[in-house]
Amino acid sequence: MVQVDPFPVRFAPAGDDKADAATVTTPTNSPLALYALRRADDALILGHRLSEWCGHAPMLEEEMALANIGLDLIGQARSLYQYAAELRADGSDEDKLAYLRDAPAYRNLLLVELPNGDFARTILRVFFYSAFADPFWQAMMRSADERLAAIAAKSEKESAYHLRHSAEWVIRLGDGTEESHRRAQEAVDYLWPYTGEMFEADASDRELIAAGIAVDPESLRDAWAKTVSDVLAEATLVQPAAGWMQSGGRSGRHSEHLGHLLAEMQFLQRAYPGATW
Amino acid sequence: MKQRALAAVSEVCDPEIPVLTIADLGVLRGVEAVDGRVEVTITPTYSGCPAMNMMALEIELALARAGISDATIRTVLHPAWTTDWMSEEGRRKLRDYGIAPPSPASGRRALFGREVVACPRCGSEDTERLAEFGSTSCKALWRCRSCREPFDYFKCH
Repeated sequence: MVQVDPFPVRFAPAGDDKADAATVTTPTNSPLALYALRRADDALILGHRLSEWCGHAPMLEEEMALANIGLDLIGQARSLYQYAAELRADGSDEDKLAYLRDAPAYRNLLLVELPNGDFARTILRVFFYSAFADPFWQAMMRSADERLAAIAAKSEKESAYHLRHSAEWVIRLGDGTEESHRRAQEAVDYLWPYTGEMFEADASDRELIAAGIAVDPESLRDAWAKTVSDVLAEATLVQPAAGWMQSGGRSGRHSEHLGHLLAEMQFLQRAYPGATW
Repeated sequence: MKQRALAAVSEVCDPEIPVLTIADLGVLRGVEAVDGRVEVTITPTYSGCPAMNMMALEIELALARAGISDATIRTVLHPAWTTDWMSEEGRRKLRDYGIAPPSPASGRRALFGREVVACPRCGSEDTERLAEFGSTSCKALWRCRSCREPFDYFKCH
């Protein structure tokens, strides 16, 4: 087996009877568990970022839209965490994976953990992510792994909505007022170096790609690039030149922002271990 | 016993659209009775649908009222729910309730496509979308230009 995870996942101490599971590490010989975990982390962290707009969105309709997109993503994360937990067979479950891991144990893209910034940056991030997620889930529906294919069949319908909604806003902002154009262009330039990570595949991924289980992200590059260039052109926004890309989230090397996000998201479980509704 | 369980479970309604039963909605996938145990299979409409836990609880309560205490509720994702799973009866009830039922799924892929949605109150097709995301994850907000009434549209999927 390929050594897939040089940075094993460790749970922080949990409360009462769950203590046994608290120190279990990620089995380093399950590429599939890691694959599901990485996608789950993407969906959870972006979903959480969108939930931060609750009560702050610029208008009521967008308040509902951002919360709804966030809800879809958290739902996708749940399905993927449940699967990852079953594969790990180490006593973990969706809640432990979400609430009892520290930042270095997370495997999400750096793109999704960046702070929301202004509305333009928030929308551009959903757009860049969804332009990848939509063809990704469509391709994943043909996975040799039935469970991933089933999760994909649900997720692709949702990501199609996220893509359409965010693309419409990108055009409205880019081809809008002088200020909305400026902010949208700043968002494109800021986020651009974080888009390359979506197309990375390591040895663990390649093992699954060869088995027809995972999607080769390289096969999605053209579809992503076409969606992005079409929409940015209609939005009168300039697409940055190809250049150096940020990397590290997939192996647990995160920006300083993730720890702050987790501090808020995990507060309740950290302060009151084992608390339930 | 299966008939009794089926009758009880079929009465359970969607907590967010109380005119629809989970059978109308297509969320109920199956009811099986084996050796005095009942297994109910349901499928979510949207991944993050917060009503799923509530529906599972309502199913357990409905079974308990029918005298069945040994029940398992299983959630499946495959085959994925689409609005095609919604019964004709369900569509009619939705319209009567003031929610436009989902239109056929064709054209959903079009990034900037236009859908035709008939007003559930006056039937006019001269309608416009106000917001793509409505009061629940399965609905959008529309308005009729003929009778000027805003209405919910159950999004096609």
